[in-house]
Amino acid sequence: MDARTLQEFRAVVGERGLITSAEELHTYECDGLTNFRVMPEAVLLPESAEQVQAIVRVCHRERIPFVARGSGTGLSGGALPVEHGIVISTARMNRILEVDLTNQRVVVEPGVINLDVTGKVSPHGFFYAPDPSSQSVCSIGGNVAENSGGAHCLKYGFTTTHVLGIEVVLPDGAMVHLGGRTLDTPGYDLPGVFVGSEGTLGVTTKVILRIVKRPECIQTLLAAFATTGEAGAAVSGIIAAGMVPAAIEMMDNLSIQAAEAAVHAHYPDCGGLLLVELDGPSAEVASLMERVNEICLSCGATEIRVAQSEAERAVFWKGRKAAFAAVGRISPNYIVQDGVIPRTALPRILEEIERLSAAAGIKVANVFHAGDGNLHPLVLYDRSVPGQEHAAEELAMRILELCVEAGGSITGEHGVGEEKKQMIGKMFSEPDLETMQLVRCAFDPLQLSNPSKVFPRPRLCGEKPGRYEPHPLETAGIAERF
Amino acid sequence: MDQAGASSPGGTAAATAEVSWEQLHALIGANYVRPAGPADAVMGVASQTVAEPADEMQLAAALRWANEADIAVAPRGGGTKLGWGNAPRVLRLILSTKRLNRIVEHAWADLTVVAEAGVTFGKLQSALAQHGQRLAVDPLWPENATIGGILSTNDSGALRLRFGGLRDLVIGVTLALPDGTLAKSGGKVVKNVAGYDLPKLVTGALGTLGVITRAAFRLHPLPPAEGRTLTFRAGSVSDANRLIVELQGSPLAHTGLQARARHDVQPEVDVRFDGTPAGIEAQCTTARKLAAFAVETGESAQVWNARQELWTLADTAAVAKFSVLPSRIAAACETVRRAAEKGGMKWKIVAQGTGLGWVRLEAAQPADIREALVSVRAEFERGAGSLFIANRPAGSGAIEAWGSPGDAYPVMLRVKQQFDPRGTLNPGRFVGGI
Ligand SMILES: Cc1cc2nc3c(=O)[nH]c(=O)nc-3n(C[C@H](O)[C@H](O)[C@H](O)COP(=O)(O)OP(=O)(O)OC[C@H]3O[C@@H](n4cnc5c(N)ncnc54)[C@H](O)[C@@H]3O)c2cc1C
Repeated sequence: MDARTLQEFRAVVGERGLITSAEELHTYECDGLTNFRVMPEAVLLPESAEQVQAIVRVCHRERIPFVARGSGTGLSGGALPVEHGIVISTARMNRILEVDLTNQRVVVEPGVINLDVTGKVSPHGFFYAPDPSSQSVCSIGGNVAENSGGAHCLKYGFTTTHVLGIEVVLPDGAMVHLGGRTLDTPGYDLPGVFVGSEGTLGVTTKVILRIVKRPECIQTLLAAFATTGEAGAAVSGIIAAGMVPAAIEMMDNLSIQAAEAAVHAHYPDCGGLLLVELDGPSAEVASLMERVNEICLSCGATEIRVAQSEAERAVFWKGRKAAFAAVGRISPNYIVQDGVIPRTALPRILEEIERLSAAAGIKVANVFHAGDGNLHPLVLYDRSVPGQEHAAEELAMRILELCVEAGGSITGEHGVGEEKKQMIGKMFSEPDLETMQLVRCAFDPLQLSNPSKVFPRPRLCGEKPGRYEPHPLETAGIAERF
Repeated sequence: MDQAGASSPGGTAAATAEVSWEQLHALIGANYVRPAGPADAVMGVASQTVAEPADEMQLAAALRWANEADIAVAPRGGGTKLGWGNAPRVLRLILSTKRLNRIVEHAWADLTVVAEAGVTFGKLQSALAQHGQRLAVDPLWPENATIGGILSTNDSGALRLRFGGLRDLVIGVTLALPDGTLAKSGGKVVKNVAGYDLPKLVTGALGTLGVITRAAFRLHPLPPAEGRTLTFRAGSVSDANRLIVELQGSPLAHTGLQARARHDVQPEVDVRFDGTPAGIEAQCTTARKLAAFAVETGESAQVWNARQELWTLADTAAVAKFSVLPSRIAAACETVRRAAEKGGMKWKIVAQGTGLGWVRLEAAQPADIREALVSVRAEFERGAGSLFIANRPAGSGAIEAWGSPGDAYPVMLRVKQQFDPRGTLNPGRFVGGI
């Protein structure tokens, strides 16, 4: 990067806000997906939306690609820098600007940590519902970009449900406001399409969030089953009974062992563990909890515990929330996969995963948001054993193919990023992807904002869209348009 | 705004060129192409032809043909809300989704459904009810309104408070674009972040980006028993607003909360509970405590028809949707009252706990209504709100259906130009002339 441009950046963010030394840049060369690494030319740490705007204007003029970065916990390489590009870190934009309890809205800067929003409003009986397991470190800006989910999204909805408005610096440096404080602002639902766009449409500089009143009563049940199949049947039974629990999470034996080793949650040693949380009015919760209990027993639960205190409830969750990291205790290396299937396909897909895992000689630990069919197979391997890493990667991708074949998705919450951009073509046809990229062209015709992510091939903006050709799968009669 | 292109954002399909409609016959069958009649006009703008393709392939082919021949197209579902939005600049072809009426897949054990755009809401709900489920929205005129039309107009009622709007329930769409592309986005699982979320983009886009040919939704179980509704009369709109804010700020899990206010009687607040009998009972007790400063007046589920009743004999009235902060519902009522009294008008409001509401204005002189709407809108916009005029009586004069789209308008224009570069779809119907 030429000295004049660097000088311009320095003038915007100050000496402290500009990182150019190789050793400091290392911190930024990857996100939570550490096998992809690219050194950025520079990292900028703006303190305000105006500084972001000034930076992006320079990038636009000089055609410098940029990647926004929150806490760098992303698991699909979304915040991976791009060659000859800069990173814009929101770490110093971490103020909660406004709390409006009456209207249940909070306005934050993008670098605010997810859990801090709940921390700010919980004394008043509110919480911020989307709760990724990484919530104590990940940023709201990152959550918005990934449309992050969490265990409680089954009932409360994902990040997108809780974002009312977004201030964005567009890739040409213009600042715009998508959505707003009130619902259904006139015009296209741009917050709807911006949330989950993985940093490819511009830089978020403020977010208007919705907060939720804490329910009167929360009860958490833990049930042990001999197999994940039995646990899966209990999940189906609960849903079929017409309940919408706040969360239903499942872990298999390998992940239970890992969680035990790491955080001592005192989970029973079993083949399939369910965590079911119900919340709402006390009378309602009490009677539904009885039903859940019955259903679990009828599906063969060998042990059932209901948390008797807030502390016990926290321990129940601790093991689940720590599961990813915990796997590090039982395997030197592992891949965190993220796929979705229709919930009813769970038993079949689990069997298939088991079969593939045995055939490849690679262990897979399973943790899922069972209520919404979101699987997190953790594929365990040892990099020092020749060939294992490759075999693990193959297995992880094969599992995604299973998800797509079952009518599901290649990602439920971690995003496509760098990692899955070749996989997205398994789920969508070329015209589908081209159509999505029309949005990209409207926001970022020069493809400066996190280019090279999400889509396998960039669309040339202004290029005439191609005519519809049937997808090969359709011609073969395999796939109907979903 | 360089991308705006002169005065007509998104380009303009020519209104006059000679067309050989036989080509359209060849695409979808002559039996399904007919001359348009007066009943097919959209906000007073007559169409030439109505076409009813059999499936989404035919629909996409017809749309592509129209696009290439510069024929302006209005997609149409049940036709219940064709009066919403601005009048089209031009119109020649109505593309009806009437025959796209299959429920493709109700995966009841997964709580999802995929249906074609022309399926009526009533038909969908009765199919879902067979498995004790529903799509948790309560749109207007459910017997005739179609999935595609409800999505395109983003119509929601009281259930929105608990279950979110259509944007929170739609999980996938297939779109026909003007160039004939059939593109899908989202999927049929409830959790999915692969690619951009186009289902949300087209929800509320009034058919200006593409024609929705099918959609997938997440479903909810039907409530286990008949729910219960309590109604309270408040001394003033501010008391009604206070009750709404207190109920919203309580841990109650109500599935409906609205205020009804009008020129001639005291405002009332309705709250609905669903769930187990014990749960409902306990919540009613809590709600009554919170409402101690109001007078309980009844228990009837009829009150939830109030939104639709605003449309009764709407020929002589304006009906508009507004959005304000929940704490400003009383202020919104006062604003409407002042504007109405100034013009000697009758007014009625149904406002939900979400801050979304509907207002009906009735005047002896339709021309007076325009002035009232303009002043009410200006006042709402000052408080971060908006006003969308869904129905205006004949003679009330031209008035933009939406107010200011804000500083993101240039992005909206660019989105329109990317999806519909020739301005084929519903030209001029949407915000700011899009
Ligand atoms: C142990 C662990 C557990 C996890 N559990 C979950 C989980 O339960 N659910 C879940 O959904 N995810 C989970 N994640 C993934 C990750 O935490 C989320 O994707 C999170 O939202 C990323 O936030 P971040 O601040 O770290 O973003 P980053 O990793 O810094 O960035 C993520 C993406 O957001 C973009 N971005 C960041 N800030 C901005 C901005 N201001 N404007 C525009 N784009 C921006 C980046 O360019 C990148 O594409 C987990 C990760 C870990 C390591």
